[in-house]
Amino acid sequence: MNQADLPRWASAIALPLLNLLSALLVAAGVIYLLGESPIESLQILINAAVLDPEGLGYTLFYAATFIFTGLSVSVAMQAGLFNIGSEGQMYIGGLGLTLLILALDTHLPGWILIPLAIASSAIFGAAWAFLPGYLQAKRGSHVVVTTIMFNFIAANLMNYLIILMIPDGQQNPASRLFADSSWLPKLNSVFPVLGETPLNISFILAILALVIYGVAVWRTTWGYQLRATGLNQHAAHYAGISIKKTIIVTMMISGALAGLAAVNSVMGSTHYLNLNFPAGAGFIGIAIALMGRQHPIGIFLSSILFGALIQGGFDLSLEKPNIPPETFIFIQGLIILFCGAMENLYAPALSALLKRKEK
Amino acid sequence: MQPAVEFQHISKRFGAVQANRDVSFSIASGSIHGVIGENGAGKSTLMSILYGYYQADSGKLLINGQEQQIRNSHEAIVSGIGMVHQHFMLVENMTVLDNVMLGGEGGFRLAQRRKEVEVTLRDICKRYNLEVDPLDKIQDLSVGVQQRVEILKQIYRSANILILDEPTAVLTVQETASLFEVLRLFKEQGKTIILITHKLQEILEITDEVTVMRGGTVVGSVVTAETNKEQLAELMVGRPIETQLPRAAYAPGDTVLDVKGLNLINDQQVSLLKDLNFNIRAGEIVAIAGVSGNGQSELLEILSGMRLPSSGTITMQGKTLPYAGRKDADGLPAVYRDRGIGHVPEDRLRDAVVKNFSVMMNSFLGYQKKLGKAFGLLDYKQILSNCNEMLRKFDVRPADPHLRIALLSGGNQQKVVMAREIDANPKLMLVGQPTRGVDIGTIESLHARLLAMRDAGVAILLVSVELEEVRALADRILVMSSGAITGELKVEEFDATRIGLLMGGLHKH
Repeated sequence: MNQADLPRWASAIALPLLNLLSALLVAAGVIYLLGESPIESLQILINAAVLDPEGLGYTLFYAATFIFTGLSVSVAMQAGLFNIGSEGQMYIGGLGLTLLILALDTHLPGWILIPLAIASSAIFGAAWAFLPGYLQAKRGSHVVVTTIMFNFIAANLMNYLIILMIPDGQQNPASRLFADSSWLPKLNSVFPVLGETPLNISFILAILALVIYGVAVWRTTWGYQLRATGLNQHAAHYAGISIKKTIIVTMMISGALAGLAAVNSVMGSTHYLNLNFPAGAGFIGIAIALMGRQHPIGIFLSSILFGALIQGGFDLSLEKPNIPPETFIFIQGLIILFCGAMENLYAPALSALLKRKEK
Repeated sequence: MQPAVEFQHISKRFGAVQANRDVSFSIASGSIHGVIGENGAGKSTLMSILYGYYQADSGKLLINGQEQQIRNSHEAIVSGIGMVHQHFMLVENMTVLDNVMLGGEGGFRLAQRRKEVEVTLRDICKRYNLEVDPLDKIQDLSVGVQQRVEILKQIYRSANILILDEPTAVLTVQETASLFEVLRLFKEQGKTIILITHKLQEILEITDEVTVMRGGTVVGSVVTAETNKEQLAELMVGRPIETQLPRAAYAPGDTVLDVKGLNLINDQQVSLLKDLNFNIRAGEIVAIAGVSGNGQSELLEILSGMRLPSSGTITMQGKTLPYAGRKDADGLPAVYRDRGIGHVPEDRLRDAVVKNFSVMMNSFLGYQKKLGKAFGLLDYKQILSNCNEMLRKFDVRPADPHLRIALLSGGNQQKVVMAREIDANPKLMLVGQPTRGVDIGTIESLHARLLAMRDAGVAILLVSVELEEVRALADRILVMSSGAITGELKVEEFDATRIGLLMGGLHKH
């Protein structure tokens, strides 16, 4: 039985929820084995990540980054490309905005500097994804392999460059602090209830990006060509769509979105470029794209979930010393396993159940 | 004498579809029994039940008078049932011998076992007059010989009841004749053969009895000697079939497509198309007859812009098509479409539709650029009304534009593709195997559409492996063999034997 034969609500909502529930059940089992109560842990997690306004602010702050990396992976998946390189593209995107800010932050006012820096992050991210896209389109080098390699290259390149940027006398492996003209406006100035959270206007940009993504992919000729290429390359070729152009352009858009993911933390929170700042957000984007089924609402909800898991998981490990902070990575792995690798685990059972009801 | 196979009240349902309903008939031992019916008539389901792929919901299956439960294909093989599928189940880069042994290697010592099997195979080949060398690799064999390997495999596994699913779909007239020789020899040796086909001519030629299915039930079992083509066709469809569709007198206009010295050499330096010269004029249907795999697919790909030729000139309405100086054909079909070339591809599910798109989303594939509004936004209102119009005009069932196209039958998918290409008003229409996997009733309506286009002055190039179809539609017939045109004849000179010889590459005039 094919997943596509299920009604839409079942494959779009019921299946991901069942998969998520399975992942959380396994996680609960592990927490139990660690000697802690799963129910109490869940309460702490929800309290810390959602119910506490400041915690919620942090959850949404993390989610803003994840929406961009999730979109980055999703748009590539629409064209049938598995971009594993969002991590590296985000890292290079951070380099792009930093170079611009370091050069201009003492000269330009914020309302010019911030848009320029955001554009620069997108351009750098796109440029980093161009080569894997080009190699896939023209030489047939598989994008999965090249983007993984490009992650390593980005990491080592940044090691080298960030060391050059460290100002004299600073211990932290990071660039100098940006002038505050480049700092993104925080949302707690509008919603004081959020307290001292770094949640900033990138969250609004992320929502905007989700809307644009939804319209572009499902409502435009370009999106139609993108999806046709992803679903059946032969038919796309027959339809006169240039497969090579689609691959290269899609990879560049994917890279630009990953580059934009750098804006939130670098310009909105730390205000400097530090070593390894993406901290796996690019890889979490893969989980988000899989769990959210590349749909804007799905991406939004999964990003919130992952934001909450990070924020809540952090508090959890403080309160329950038996639960190490790495538990979050473990749960993340379980979610990828259930939502990605075994996404149709429950499809046959669900479809049999629905059929029995019909009779 | 016991019948070899007896179906008693077999019923099988898939969801809402009743694939078989109370099917009962028997197949005499040592006979050749034909099973015919349109697509979706339930013959494949019935054979799958016999071969153990499916279980019947109710009813009994008797093999040589014994009631049997066949739960999988292994049990079918044990019961002496063998099946030759339409698509061969062979490993291309292995030898005939290895293919036959596959799944029956019998332990660790392969070399010794291989020697034993080779001796057995040579013996079988001699007994049944099958010309196959066990040490040849599959990829070096012609399609007809590959089919013999499939049959050989079944005999080696001591099949006494042989099911052949559309065995002649890929064969030339001559290869078909030699297959039938082999089948007759089997019958003499007491084996039972079940032949599933939609070619009525073959049923009449070789079977002893024939069972006709329609809508999941048996609508008639007749002795072949006492029936005729018209009766069988009417039984199959449930109404009389128009064999000669009306068409205007042959009055071709200006030359639309002119092909000169066309060659195609692939990366392995194999010449796939050899110096083709022909033209197509407005208001005529030029059919290319030939066994599949003799260059017709490549020709269609080149003329539709999906592939570049190696050399030659292709002129469309006096202007050369822009294939020269390109590195690849990426995006070229869009240019050809703008020049007025419509294309109904041979491989519908691979090229013509995106299976996971709805009917509506497939209704403008290839013409997506024309439907963009400001900012490239698609005009869904317009698309939906266009699509509904197409579904109504072509009587597509179900007429639901939001249904995934994969859920339509082959015939209805083809109607959608044909509707889309006709809707674009092409000057030249390329049509590959338009009725492959399409039922007789739909074939009639698709043929009528093509003839109406011809009468309206469109130049049509038809590629078909069905000689009946070529005869029904063509004004001129070109025969292709090994990438070359081996003969040309007018439809009035139609002669199946001569075409068969030309298809086999023999130049006889």
